[in-house]
Amino acid sequence: MELCSFLTLDSFIRDPLTHDFMRKALLMSSLVAAVCGLLSSYLTLKGWALMGDAVSHSVMPGVVVAYALGLPFSLGAFIFGVGSVALIGFIKQKSRVKEDTVIGLVFTGFFALGIVLVSKIKSNIDLHSILFGSPLGISLSDVKQTIFISLLVVILLSIFRKDLMLYCFDPRHAKTVGINVFFLHYLLLTCLSLAAVVGLQSVGIILVVAMLITPGATAYLLTDKFDNMTIISVLSAIISSLIGIYVSFWFDLETGGSIVLAQTFIFLFAFLFAPRYGIFKLKKLFADYK
Amino acid sequence: MESINYQNFRIDAENICVDYNGKVALYDANLRLKPGQICGLVGMNGAGKTTFFNALTGFVNISKGKIRINGESLRSAQKDQTIAYVPQNEGIDSQFPISVWDVVMMGRYGSMNIFRCARESDVQAVKDAIERVDLIDQLSTPIGNLSGGQRKRTFLARAIAQRASILLLDEPFSGVDIRTEKLISELFIQFKNEGKTILLSTHDMIHVREFCDLVLLINKTVVAYGETSEVFTPENITTTFGGISPDFLFGPES
Repeated sequence: MELCSFLTLDSFIRDPLTHDFMRKALLMSSLVAAVCGLLSSYLTLKGWALMGDAVSHSVMPGVVVAYALGLPFSLGAFIFGVGSVALIGFIKQKSRVKEDTVIGLVFTGFFALGIVLVSKIKSNIDLHSILFGSPLGISLSDVKQTIFISLLVVILLSIFRKDLMLYCFDPRHAKTVGINVFFLHYLLLTCLSLAAVVGLQSVGIILVVAMLITPGATAYLLTDKFDNMTIISVLSAIISSLIGIYVSFWFDLETGGSIVLAQTFIFLFAFLFAPRYGIFKLKKLFADYK
Repeated sequence: MESINYQNFRIDAENICVDYNGKVALYDANLRLKPGQICGLVGMNGAGKTTFFNALTGFVNISKGKIRINGESLRSAQKDQTIAYVPQNEGIDSQFPISVWDVVMMGRYGSMNIFRCARESDVQAVKDAIERVDLIDQLSTPIGNLSGGQRKRTFLARAIAQRASILLLDEPFSGVDIRTEKLISELFIQFKNEGKTILLSTHDMIHVREFCDLVLLINKTVVAYGETSEVFTPENITTTFGGISPDFLFGPES
């Protein structure tokens, strides 16, 4: 098949693989997408989209401080990610300000702190790569950390898969039968912070929330089974990452943006054509009733 | 003075108070129920019915008072799977991608290992429970595709599968079809004979008279508590509902 006069499908796929940085980018982004996609199912069902947004932005100062102190950036991100949620809970409880407002003001505050810190701390932190991701320029130590964190999150989510499903579905029942809901809440939050950290390498801090929401939302339109939802979510995330990276390579586009756009297009496709919940199907359903 | 043997009571709530960030939702509420008793919880919206359930399931912490379940702490009751809660239909996400079988299996989670792997006995318990609520032909149906009555029966099956001795039911008869209502009525009689203790909230006077040995009228605190025939009087109901007469609330026949 010929894509353009100079490009066949074969070379479209193969040529980028001759570059070491592209192989690494494709592998790491797929891994990151899988982790975020897995978590995405839980966040979508729990209604934590805004929380995902908050945490992913709030890890910014943590990443900067950790870089400056020479600590693993995951540690800094984790402390600030969980810290932001604790702060949101505290302000909500102690004031009459509504929750969505509190979330908005806390995470923008953290984010601003991060930006100010970057400008103040003289180091080799590249603000652009934090904001927009740099999957093509990922370093070896970042690779190790990403693999470690990804494995950790996947293992945690696998062990507590059913408990987390119950927690998202009916936390009161979980509490009633003696399951530690407090632990599950913070487990999900911890995984969210960690996933945000690995996700920001791929698509950057601004767009990482898309990695945490869109695949789950797409899968939600396509199935009525929880297990299938996680599988579809992970697959759609991985496919989006591959498409995004290839497209950005050939057409010289921003990689993070391309990955997220690919996710958005897959979502729109599901939104239109999902066999049960797509709008065309629903339209037909209503037409049949008339 | 005669000492009280708390183990005689399935539920013993003593002077419990619950507040949400300083806003009092329930105060000085008392309730004592024995095995085989069915008690109706009656009150206006916002009178503290759901808060009462939340306190008894441990979903909110009580700020004052004491709750004993079979003479023991609430925590040990949770560990022993003693209490089952059947939510209102509105209280659950009906679009959640989960089947009838999986919901009922959640009733067994508390007694499984950390991976929640179902054993032979769990599978049997779930099957039996689903049979009792007559949903055996809907095992793999997503809950979103069920009717209100079928969904209610699914959650009842979860409570049955849990083998709890205390059942807390939030509006068990609201939004259900006649068939489900009849099935729930029959289950109540069976539960009573099995010695289970039931606390149910309802807006329906007729159900209170029909099923409840005891009635607890609340309006932020206990207005009246005792045998249904003695307590469920027009005067008490009027007080519970803030001065509105029962004729107005439930029609003149009641």
